[in-house]
Amino acid sequence: MASSSEKVKVLGFWVSPFVRRVEWALKLKGVDYEYIEEDIFNKSSLLLKLNPVRQKVPVLVHDLKVVAESYVILEYIDEIWKQNSLLPLDPYQRAMARFWAKFAEEKVFETAWNALCSGGEEKEKALKIAIESLEILEGEAKKIQNFFGGDRIGYLDIAMGWIGYWLPVWEQVGCMSILDPLKFPATSAWAKRFISHPLIKHNLPPREEMLVYFDKRSKELSSISQGWIKV
Amino acid sequence: MSKGEIVILDCWVSPFCLRVKIALKEKGLEYEEREEKELLGKKSDLLLKSNPIHQKVPVLLHNGKPICESTVIVNYINDNWPSPPFLPSSPYEIAQARFWADYIDKKVHDAGGNIWKSKGEAQERAIKDFIEIVKQLEEGLGERDFFGGDTFGLNDISLISLTSWFHAYEKFGNFKVEDHCPKFSAWIKRCSERPSVSQVIPDPEKVYEFVLMLKKMFGLE
Repeated sequence: MASSSEKVKVLGFWVSPFVRRVEWALKLKGVDYEYIEEDIFNKSSLLLKLNPVRQKVPVLVHDLKVVAESYVILEYIDEIWKQNSLLPLDPYQRAMARFWAKFAEEKVFETAWNALCSGGEEKEKALKIAIESLEILEGEAKKIQNFFGGDRIGYLDIAMGWIGYWLPVWEQVGCMSILDPLKFPATSAWAKRFISHPLIKHNLPPREEMLVYFDKRSKELSSISQGWIKV
Repeated sequence: MSKGEIVILDCWVSPFCLRVKIALKEKGLEYEEREEKELLGKKSDLLLKSNPIHQKVPVLLHNGKPICESTVIVNYINDNWPSPPFLPSSPYEIAQARFWADYIDKKVHDAGGNIWKSKGEAQERAIKDFIEIVKQLEEGLGERDFFGGDTFGLNDISLISLTSWFHAYEKFGNFKVEDHCPKFSAWIKRCSERPSVSQVIPDPEKVYEFVLMLKKMFGLE
């Protein structure tokens, strides 16, 4: 059932929420893996060989087969290891999970990131979209008891899991308020449940180091930014 | 699996709506097209009700249940009506297909947009970037007939739809994709011969005129 750790490798970067998605999925499935840290500012020949088209982490290597892009990897993991399924079986429910993951990525993640890495009018515009989009998500969060996947963590929880841990760091670094618990009680409660889950809470980057990293990174990007930054 | 009632909220010029129509035709499914009459103006009540979040076409209504976002819709069509399949059978090959689907979605239409939205040196740069992307796709295609291998699949559907705007980019940018990517052009011809494509793809000149109208509207002449 679970492959030996030599057969599954994850090429990642310690602070990347995309990489953590892959690790969370593997942990939820009980799959052992070897983690290889990559310096994305000094890309290794291994990364360029494994993902020549996008040159990004995460990359999953399974029995010498290479898979890239976090959402692609999540679906691959779900198809290979059938236990604790991440996506629903019903086609309509699958479509809904994929739709909301895309919405959260484009309207909350990218906008919050752009708000962090910009100033003035651009920052205000990005913040407005992020908050309006969270209002929409809050409507969905109100419908659930535990997780978007039901009683267990699923695809959409993993997709949006960054909200409970990376977003508060970005808010602090960027002096902004996006996920106000008074305005978004259901989303905040879900985020807390997600981050506190035993398989998740021991697989998060150290907060203090994240603050230092994002402070530096956001300043670098602000100084060269010429508009919308695609992550 | 019964077909049920299938409706698409449509726009004739949208390459994203085209994806859905090609997908439905490939599966041999009958559907009703409801054209959004006011292209860039007032949206219909049905659209606003079915897609309140994005207020955009395409929307697929299957027995009244709305599904939005073209890639999500095409995957839904494939999940709900498995034959003929749009994806390969092995998880690894499916992952490769999804990787290219993501690349196609993130790169092609925006790069094309940069061509008609710009002039002079900026346009030259945009054309160069666009051709690089098409070359990358041509490399991904390799010696195969289709991105789906022997069969016309998910990425063929997604990408052939986007090529419906290529003639407009070529005309505005004064270049030809065929000069740089002959294998890719051959793939376009191969796909265009399929009835599912030829029956729904818009007239390239009409697309060009539409984009010209957009340029005027945004003051980009």
